[in-house]
Amino acid sequence: MTINTALPINFSPMHRLQWEEAQQKDVILYPEGMVELNQSSAEILKLCDGTRNLDQIVADLEEKFSTTDLKNDITGFLEVALNNGWIQQN
Amino acid sequence: MAGFNKTNITPPRWLLAELTYKCPLQCPYCSNPLDYAHNSSEISTDDWKRVLSEARKMGAVQLGFSGGEPLTRPDLPELVKHARELGYYTNLITSGYGLNEAKIIQLKQAGLDHIQVSIQASSKDLNDHLAGTESFQHKKEAARLVKKHNYPMVLCVVIHRKNIHQMAEILAMAEELGADYLELANTQYYGWAHANRDLLLPTREQFEKAEKIAQDFKKKVEGKMKIYYVVPDFYEDRPKACMNGWGTTFLTIAPDGVALPCHSARDLPGMDCPNINDYSVTDIWHESKAFNFFRGNEWMQETCRSCDEKDKDFGGCRCQAYLLTGDMYKTDPVCRKSPDRQVVQDAIDAARDSALSTDEKPLLFRNSKNSKTF
Repeated sequence: MTINTALPINFSPMHRLQWEEAQQKDVILYPEGMVELNQSSAEILKLCDGTRNLDQIVADLEEKFSTTDLKNDITGFLEVALNNGWIQQN
Repeated sequence: MAGFNKTNITPPRWLLAELTYKCPLQCPYCSNPLDYAHNSSEISTDDWKRVLSEARKMGAVQLGFSGGEPLTRPDLPELVKHARELGYYTNLITSGYGLNEAKIIQLKQAGLDHIQVSIQASSKDLNDHLAGTESFQHKKEAARLVKKHNYPMVLCVVIHRKNIHQMAEILAMAEELGADYLELANTQYYGWAHANRDLLLPTREQFEKAEKIAQDFKKKVEGKMKIYYVVPDFYEDRPKACMNGWGTTFLTIAPDGVALPCHSARDLPGMDCPNINDYSVTDIWHESKAFNFFRGNEWMQETCRSCDEKDKDFGGCRCQAYLLTGDMYKTDPVCRKSPDRQVVQDAIDAARDSALSTDEKPLLFRNSKNSKTF
């Protein structure tokens, strides 16, 4: 599966994204399992709220971190996320 | 244990709350202790809340409400609510028996994240026989209601010689019920399953045939359903990395408040497993004899001590080593490197003889009457 650039992306209602104080990191929680996220992955997933498509997520993060050329990395991560069921596009 | 550096202790991540040993079903592979009926005391709602709070503070995040049948505890919604407020991901691990729509809604409102429903087989006759109770239609209805109310659902089917021939039908049933995850749990031979091993252990041919069907199905449903496949370690070359290493990740609390590094640990000799009535969870995790017993690898004997895979599988399962060899320090005998590997082959051979015999003994069902004989 690949990201459809036209459609907004939302975080899966079957998973939970949560900050873990004890681990000092964001994690994805799902039935009997957990994925620990690095900071950049967590920043991307927090923008998957159903209001932004891929280009808007890239633009928001490039602005937030005052940088360019994030598109390839973000696209790559979101495809991993899509194939793991962490995000969806309706 | 001597030599283990306590600064290396990682916090618990997984808390298994065995709320009760009461269960309306009688599955002959139950992982509860054989003598559970001698121990019917249960800690209070307030005790559970304290345990949940303390473990959460240490870093536990996945919480399983289990048993027995956790639905028999009337305070389950209250405990779910408390756990959810603390930030746990809350899993209900249930037989589905006693789960009706009103309860499903009540638990959703309390904040329950996920429900795992177990079904014993793909046919009514076999399910009801193995469960010891007429429950097949009710379980399927419960599974449908779980999905109707938008929970993620794990369907759990324990696999053994009595149902392994139904693998294709079990997979079709999981698809029909809309399971998000299917746990195909090849029986692990502890507790009641150990007592019934000759009747439950499949032959290698049966296991390989079923595994192939499951692997083909896994590809077919990719992206729709995930398969958790619990391997039958008797047919493996290396032991499982039991509990992800002793005292590293998992904390089980039994119905009477006894804290266990794994759910079978109270059967090991001299473990003196601590009770939450006497100690804080932090003290139990860091200081108790039981939780430090097999931490690290200082306790290992040969074959494990010099093995270059010891940090991968931690020597396998201590309870299995004890059950099969009588010595809990030995290499898990399912390992091909173990000098005791023959005991596993003997178990496989005995199960095959039992399957071929014309007067196979009956299953020992998990119920109070049978439990009191232990």
